[in-house]
Amino acid sequence: MLNETNLFFIFLSAFLINNILLIRFLGLCSFIGISTNIKSSIGMGIAVIFVTVMACSISWVIYHFLLLPFHLEYLRTTTFILTIASFVQFEEMIIRKKLPTLYRAFGIYLPLITTNCAILASAFLGIDYKFSFIQNLVFSLGISSGYCFVIIVFSTIREEIEIAPIPESFKGIPIAFILAALMSLAFLGFKGLFKL
Amino acid sequence: MKKIIDFKFFLNGIWKENPILFIMLGLCPVLAVSGSVRDALGMGIAVIFVLTGSNLVVSLIRKIVPSHVRIPVYIVVIATFVTITDYTLAAYSPQIHKNLGVYLPLIVVNCIILGRAEGFASKNNIFNSILDGLGMGIGFTLIIFVISSIREILGNGTFMGKILFTNFNPFLIMIMPPGAFLVIGLLIALKQKIEKGKKIC
Repeated sequence: MLNETNLFFIFLSAFLINNILLIRFLGLCSFIGISTNIKSSIGMGIAVIFVTVMACSISWVIYHFLLLPFHLEYLRTTTFILTIASFVQFEEMIIRKKLPTLYRAFGIYLPLITTNCAILASAFLGIDYKFSFIQNLVFSLGISSGYCFVIIVFSTIREEIEIAPIPESFKGIPIAFILAALMSLAFLGFKGLFKL
Repeated sequence: MKKIIDFKFFLNGIWKENPILFIMLGLCPVLAVSGSVRDALGMGIAVIFVLTGSNLVVSLIRKIVPSHVRIPVYIVVIATFVTITDYTLAAYSPQIHKNLGVYLPLIVVNCIILGRAEGFASKNNIFNSILDGLGMGIGFTLIIFVISSIREILGNGTFMGKILFTNFNPFLIMIMPPGAFLVIGLLIALKQKIEKGKKIC
């Protein structure tokens, strides 16, 4: 059953209801580490969208045309992580050669993405939900735009909090987590929107 | 002179270099599976096993791996251990395996494990690497145990599935995602407070 509404629900569910950062808790290392300023958050967010969509599509193809026919499902973890790592390297080389402006914009975030669990997770989840290729594409786009959206919003709040009078022990990371808790509370409100 | 076995490395992971509170690595599974103590302990044991195993193997092969391909080699070693854990858990305790879900294969990208392989096991002998893996793993498990206890007791009124209080109105928020962020935020604030107290004394 593949129609437009279905795809729209998949996107919205990945983007809002099961937001990868606030509800599923994935990719937090980069989330807490990078969100201290808006510019780098935007860079990271866009790089994540780009890599997730590409990496998920490649992993989907590998899983369905290479691992499944030969009954090698147990190699899933190893294959996916190697695919993503080598893909990021490959992509970095191409972008550096062909699109130097984009490369400068991405900066150090491209290699950092290899260890971002959000990407591996979206590859796994797409397989677990038994999505078709198009559904998988929309799903990965939803997840990564959710990541991008939340990291940008979060970084704007964090820049404000820098100058706010907060207790000494809460300075730095702890207040960031409390903020994330409040944002997560807000995102929880989307849960009743619809059921997938 | 460097000792062959040094228990200092074991203790390091438990408090002084605790992976969660001090280095802030590998946060995702801590927050994600800490809704119930049983799942959290399952995750902790899985991490101890993978961390010790990968530290052992990385330390054994540290002299024969060329330095420019070391990261992919380490990742393959870690992924192998994760796959072993994944399938063992699926066979022996399917319920926990089901609850941990996607977070179990995701141990492979957990920064603590690659971090210790690269930062410790690739420079130290086998015994110290095993001790370091055990110490870091136990430090990780302790924190995840504390967080999940707080969340389960407050959010559900139970501990390891046993009902603790009668007539108790649970704080539902604690077992939902915001509770995880809240508890870890408070825990790190507490740690900063303790550290600061030490400096003044």
